[in-house]
Amino acid sequence: MTEMVYGAVPLQAGEPILPRWWRTIDKWSLGCVVALFAIGLLLGLAASPPLAARNGFEPFYYVTRQAVFGGLALIALALTTMMSPRLVRRLAVIGFALAFVALLGLPFAGTDFGKGAVRWYSLGFASLQPSEFLKPGFVVVAAWMMAASQEVNGPPGKGMSLALCLFIVGLLAMQPDFGQAVLVLFSWAVIYFVAGAPILLLLVLAGFVALGGSVAYSSSEHFARRIDGFLSPDVDPRTQLGYAANAIQEGGFFGVGVGEGQVKWSLPDAHTDFIIAVAAEEYGLVLVLAVIALYAAIVVRSLIRLTRERDPFIRLAGTGLACTFGVQAMINMGVAVRLLPAKGMTLPFVSYGGSSVIAMGLGMGMLLAFTRKRPQGEIGDILIRRGR
Amino acid sequence: MTRTPLRPLARILDARQRGENPDAIERENLRLRHEAMRDSARRRAEGRLVVLAGAFVLAFGVVGLRMGLMAAAEPQEPRAELAGNPIVGQRADITDRNGRVLATNLSTYALYAQPPKMIDRVGAAKKLAAIFPDLDEERLVKDFTGTRKFLWIKKKVSPEQRQAVHDIGDPGLLFGPREMRLYPNGRLAAHVLGGASFGREGVNSAEVIGVAGIEKAMDDTLRDPARGGAPLVLSIDMTVQSTMREVLYGGMRLMNAKGAAGILMDIDSGEILSMVSLPDFDPNDRPRPLTKGDAGDSPLFNRAVQGVYELGSVFKIFAVAQAMELGLVGPNTLVDADAPMKWGRFTLREFQNKNYGPLLSVSDVITKSSNVGTAKLALQIGPERQKAFLESFGVFDPTPVELVEASGAKPLLPPKWSEIVAITASYGHGFSASPLHLAAAYSSLLNGGTKVEPTLLKRDGAPSGDRLVSERVSRASAKMLRQVVLEGTASFGRVPGYEVGGKTGTANKPIAGRKGYYKDKNINTFASVFPADDPAYVLIVMLDEASDNSGQEPRRTAGWTAVPVAAEVIRRTAPLLGLRPKIEPVAASGVTLASE
Repeated sequence: MTEMVYGAVPLQAGEPILPRWWRTIDKWSLGCVVALFAIGLLLGLAASPPLAARNGFEPFYYVTRQAVFGGLALIALALTTMMSPRLVRRLAVIGFALAFVALLGLPFAGTDFGKGAVRWYSLGFASLQPSEFLKPGFVVVAAWMMAASQEVNGPPGKGMSLALCLFIVGLLAMQPDFGQAVLVLFSWAVIYFVAGAPILLLLVLAGFVALGGSVAYSSSEHFARRIDGFLSPDVDPRTQLGYAANAIQEGGFFGVGVGEGQVKWSLPDAHTDFIIAVAAEEYGLVLVLAVIALYAAIVVRSLIRLTRERDPFIRLAGTGLACTFGVQAMINMGVAVRLLPAKGMTLPFVSYGGSSVIAMGLGMGMLLAFTRKRPQGEIGDILIRRGR
Repeated sequence: MTRTPLRPLARILDARQRGENPDAIERENLRLRHEAMRDSARRRAEGRLVVLAGAFVLAFGVVGLRMGLMAAAEPQEPRAELAGNPIVGQRADITDRNGRVLATNLSTYALYAQPPKMIDRVGAAKKLAAIFPDLDEERLVKDFTGTRKFLWIKKKVSPEQRQAVHDIGDPGLLFGPREMRLYPNGRLAAHVLGGASFGREGVNSAEVIGVAGIEKAMDDTLRDPARGGAPLVLSIDMTVQSTMREVLYGGMRLMNAKGAAGILMDIDSGEILSMVSLPDFDPNDRPRPLTKGDAGDSPLFNRAVQGVYELGSVFKIFAVAQAMELGLVGPNTLVDADAPMKWGRFTLREFQNKNYGPLLSVSDVITKSSNVGTAKLALQIGPERQKAFLESFGVFDPTPVELVEASGAKPLLPPKWSEIVAITASYGHGFSASPLHLAAAYSSLLNGGTKVEPTLLKRDGAPSGDRLVSERVSRASAKMLRQVVLEGTASFGRVPGYEVGGKTGTANKPIAGRKGYYKDKNINTFASVFPADDPAYVLIVMLDEASDNSGQEPRRTAGWTAVPVAAEVIRRTAPLLGLRPKIEPVAASGVTLASE
């Protein structure tokens, strides 16, 4: 009767959202992301004033912008992590479609900011790089297709995603933006690997890469000279790489001291691609190792958590996101220490960059959404097996 | 893997009989199969995820390690002038047998430029060209104003030049510390030492590597840090080497020869006390190798080691020694030496068509240098035994001496060792060997008959080699060689106080690229041993295309050219070697020897 008169007692079905979020999220990874962002701001204080001075802004113009964009990125990250995987997938697919269209439209409406590659839309207050948003979206779409292909009588998701991947790689290579193209290709490869690529195929591919590399080395003089120049220990001290290497050596173990670094004055990309050199010079090896440890922690923790995941889509999408993230950081740092040939790639969350930070926040949000603890149906399985 | 069919006929029929829907069975089987697939995919993915995580840990570790290594390394630029950064002598010195320096290192600087750092590029180029006259000013201007970011200007600069460059005051002109190889004695022992140059070069240091001679052959040893910089002690005696070079040079000029070579070897140990090849060069400033023409005309060519020649009659003593060793003849046995001698379609003549026959004692075969006599002995010995005998003296293989050029100087041999080859080989024709081969072979024959390996490194005592001939034959051979000097073709070889023995060899040079021999171009050799009664040293002197023009006709035999040069070498070096002169009544010794 009471219910008929007063209505039903509001009943909370399950836990409240925030406590459940806090309980199930990968708190360590989240902490690492926040720490990276903080380090990025700290380094921005050192690395960006020369650029601001060059462009005629007040010294901490870029730092403030980074703080604003970073704040937005953290909010986007938090919101994304609260979504269910299914919602993430839907939104990501829609986002991918939008970014894809934007990418197609770049040759017509994009700008190159005088850098020789049409990669950006100019929005007045900020620039937008569609490929940054495309990457996480593509990972989700590719994972979705692969997961679907694992169903009995499912669609041929592997082939479809490969075709899509190659198309995007072609678009990016035309810009040209080989760095992003490599990342997209890598993300697809890693998803395919976890989705069960045949070992034989992997071996054959590795063989082809080695063969192709050696053939290119022996037949193309230009290629050989590039590689030799990269391998030779005498780096030309007037290149970006030379400055970066020099800065790392100057820094030593504990750095030359806050604000004392010199490399930021000579490197045009000190605040983006070579921020690790600034870090190494001013704060020394200690901070660099800390940054590396943070990235490694995020990637490895996510991958280990995904091993327990039973849903193939979540597993694949999470793998793709984590690995892309980790590889991007690794390429950036590998260039600075001359393990890899020069390639413009930002250091996730640490480098300055408006839209790229937000895109990173979204991608990381998706990853953390995927790695949340959720029932994995173990008990259900056991009951079914018992019942049989 | 057995695959259960989705619609097993037995169960379908059963179900139909019971009136159930058979599709339910298919759906149930489909679900089971899907679950099995999902489980296997999950297990596989689990493993691969762990692999991925491991790969990432490894890759991040490598990046971190590399960061650490780079951070631990000292900054590269600029630190040329850093104090307290001593340059360690990495290449060991080379000394002669008495510890006198033949090669050492000198700290110097290399000059390089970083054009982007330069202030006045054209002015700097002009001033540099004034300091270094060998630099081309226009080229420097082009290099400095072009796109180059780094270039080497001079590999070695003297302190005065360095100060002058400092005085230009351009920040883009920089110095890198260098170790340079210095040969304080210049041309002395040039072919033995060879030379060194820079290998890999960096701003802070450069490798010094040997490019020829013993510097290259012993490169690893010289650069071995485990030796702790201990100098490499050669068997060369610098005073003897200096004397030898001086005398040989004078002899080469007097005898109008285009080249000369001399080797002085310790007869027991095979140590080379002196080795000279002329013309020579300054190893501090090696000339470029000839790009065309005969490499043998380059001063870099080591006639003593690289030059393989038909050395001629100097090999006659081996035919005689082998005949004595086999017991076929004794020193006084008479052999048929009736010239000319016919062999098949060949006719064998003596020098200037003489005839020493019809019968000649074995000792006189050597003294008079009878081709026919040795040919007859060679026929008695037979080709196989002769070949084996010569081979045992190491005449057919590259010498094992510690020079990088030695392994390339392989003696030239006829493809088949027939009887006619045996005849020509008995007087040193038809096969080619280097003067060093000859020196080692003479040492082996005359030191009592044990094999000697030539070496340029100082040895402690004489190693005992294989016995090649008996002591008796060795002594008899030395005595015959002494006879050649006393009464035979090498009469200019007498040196007062020292009993010199030796054998001359005059061989026409083969025409390059064609069959046949030059009539007027000779290789003149004198292979000598002293003192003959107790042999201690072997001296080989070889003159290339010598001709003594002091008489009415040019005289081109070894007795007129190589022998007097060798005698002068012995006269001046024997006291240096610590040999006491013997005061001997010259006439008396002749009587004594003739009575035997």
